[in-house]
Amino acid sequence: MWRDAILVAQKDLRVELRSRVATNQVVPFALVVLVLFAFALDPSTGLLRQAAPGLYWVAVCFAAVLATQRSFSLEPGGDALRCSGLDAAGVFLGKAIAVALQLALLQAVLTAGVVVLYGVSLRGGIILLGAGLATTVGLAASGVLYGLLTGGIQVRETLLPLLLLPVLAPVLLSATRVWSAALAGTPSFADPWLSLLAVFAAVYTAAGIVAFPALMEVS
Amino acid sequence: MMQHALNPSAEGTRLAPEERVPGARRTGAPGGDSGREGWLRRWWLPITGVTGVVGVGLTVWLGLWVTPPSAEMANLVRLLYVHPPVAWVCYLAFSVTTLASLAYLWPRTRAMGWDWLAGASAEVGVVFAGLTLASGSIWGKPTWGTWWVWDARLTTTAILAVLYVGYLALRRVPADPTVAAKRSAIAAIIAFADVPINYLSVYWWNTLHQTGTVLNPTQQIKVEGIMAWTLLLGFVAFTLVYVWMTGVRFRIAALDARLDSEGLEIALAERESEGVTQGADAESATRSLSGVGIGLAAPEGAHFVAAGGEQ
Amino acid sequence: MASAILLQQAIALAGRFPALAGVDLAVDEGELILLSGSNGAGKTSLLRLCAGLLEIHSGRASVLGHDLRRERRAIRSRVGYLAHSSHLYDDLTVEENVRFAARAGRVGLHTVEPALERLGLAGRLRTLPLSRCSAGQRRRASLAALLVRQPELWLLDEPHAGLDADGRDLLDGLLVELRAHGATLVVASHEPERVWPLGARWLVMAGGRLRPAASGAPAGGGLSASGAASATGSEPARGFGLVARGAAATRGEPVHVA
Repeated sequence: MWRDAILVAQKDLRVELRSRVATNQVVPFALVVLVLFAFALDPSTGLLRQAAPGLYWVAVCFAAVLATQRSFSLEPGGDALRCSGLDAAGVFLGKAIAVALQLALLQAVLTAGVVVLYGVSLRGGIILLGAGLATTVGLAASGVLYGLLTGGIQVRETLLPLLLLPVLAPVLLSATRVWSAALAGTPSFADPWLSLLAVFAAVYTAAGIVAFPALMEVS
Repeated sequence: MMQHALNPSAEGTRLAPEERVPGARRTGAPGGDSGREGWLRRWWLPITGVTGVVGVGLTVWLGLWVTPPSAEMANLVRLLYVHPPVAWVCYLAFSVTTLASLAYLWPRTRAMGWDWLAGASAEVGVVFAGLTLASGSIWGKPTWGTWWVWDARLTTTAILAVLYVGYLALRRVPADPTVAAKRSAIAAIIAFADVPINYLSVYWWNTLHQTGTVLNPTQQIKVEGIMAWTLLLGFVAFTLVYVWMTGVRFRIAALDARLDSEGLEIALAERESEGVTQGADAESATRSLSGVGIGLAAPEGAHFVAAGGEQ
Repeated sequence: MASAILLQQAIALAGRFPALAGVDLAVDEGELILLSGSNGAGKTSLLRLCAGLLEIHSGRASVLGHDLRRERRAIRSRVGYLAHSSHLYDDLTVEENVRFAARAGRVGLHTVEPALERLGLAGRLRTLPLSRCSAGQRRRASLAALLVRQPELWLLDEPHAGLDADGRDLLDGLLVELRAHGATLVVASHEPERVWPLGARWLVMAGGRLRPAASGAPAGGGLSASGAASATGSEPARGFGLVARGAAATRGEPVHVA
């Protein structure tokens, strides 16, 4: 399983290095969303700074949908995955790892973007890092799971966001709370958000490992 | 014709009754046996429907005319007889969808009937989720002054509705019945896994970041006497309506599948006749090629095998 | 001789359309089967069914001794299926694609170099991204990706399509060589005159079934001999089981390519 996971992750990242869809399209898209939010909410009133955590995570969620879609559109399609002889759980983990690494890069850029564009100052580096990590894993696992669920479907571009975004509601909520606390200067491990994010990541990683073999047969 | 000589058992084996509906091989599960439609055609479904609708009518009559207005909420209290039962049916329906999906995925109980039940229940569930949100809003406007409050239960119900709208959209994507059934069952279960996480997150969000909890009206009203009976009747009536609607929807799915399997026989016959004309073409092509075949140069190492001789 | 493929009244659906409408087929190990028929006759569906990619709706089927209903994953690891569209990654080079196929198929990387050479991809072509390859070069790369995994049963869907004269000769030579090493081959082709002279048994598909050719035809006789035997035998079910077990017991060595 892990052997195949590393193989798939290497392959996905190599394809990504060649095609540069994440760096040339997904990251710029997320930055554009940040700028659009600034136009929508008047920056001079301080509203933008207050809303920054939510806006940041909404941008990340949208980007996660795009990254997931890309993760499956780079596959040759048809029966390629099934013919490859790869272990299904390995494919899931490999794809999730590749998506997670891309999302981590995206978040680094976006965090800088929020700090610069919205003028926020964040405190509590460790908690933010932990929340970022758990969120990234959760987003990648649920994204890849739903990506394969809609994989063999013609209308996948429209169906994936419809299925995935409601599922991400608790992630968005929890991650935003962590950031709000950090913004207010009161980040705390006592809040349940971090553990909620960890539970989400664990549940969807486990679900992916269990469901992928069956899903690969029907995609 | 020739192909009939090849499969003398065609009528006997090709579409044996248990294979007409793919996956529906086992008895005991809904839709699993050939007595499926007989079971559904029996008296209980219409009776349930009539009883349910009459019950809802009675609830409305009792709720609007017989029960007294409450001291705190005046006539608003009458929504009490509708909102909780409707919400209960919504949660019941989604639970049934989850259980039916599990039953479908479990190899020992796999039958198409579970898939139909999951789909039917989810459809009814989404309708009742809509009713729950609507009645909640109608209650909220005069009570809280807004149509919508980000209350934990209200928000979770809204997300639940959206989750299952997505599930129904996935169900509607055309695919092979067994493929669609498996895919939908997996989707239903991973969507359901989100529900408790969702509820907890919204609950904590509320309690930690809003001053004062949202009023819970049912706790403030003393429900007794005729009010309690009306409320109970509401629960029973709406549950019966749910059973009836799901049953009807299930029956439509079962009939649809039967239509498909009968359509398959027609399609097979059509495919067969299509083959006869094409087969004749191919035959003549074969014959014309056999004339030139001898002249074709075979690459090094190739060898001719006399037709049929290798057997 | 053991059976590589055994189908009895196999029906497979594409959506609700019966792509295969009751196929009877018995292929011995080491045989070369030429499958012809017009577009939409069901050739690709038959190959996909045998590759364990298409779910069987009704009927019996076993491939390389594995039951086609229950052991599709085991079948897939021993079968090489050349699809119409390539199963390769556009953004990777030819060599990277073949190496990925080898590692995914759990064979050593030592098979990569011989396979590239055998398909004429050892030169500068190996570093070419697949997106810049011509259709014929892609096809060769796909064949190389199959070759590294040394499948026992080859299912080739229009392998000649897009190949130039050299490529076709290369492919024909490869088919002969594979067969000499004991591999079983099923080739769907619109150009029977290329495959038939290699010593193929010729089957014609039409309307989702295998059709018996006229008695005078050179290759059609094979069907009436094998197909009819499996379908009209006195006790087809028992015979089926015996043959299937036999195939498993006498499973051949993997094909080695020089």
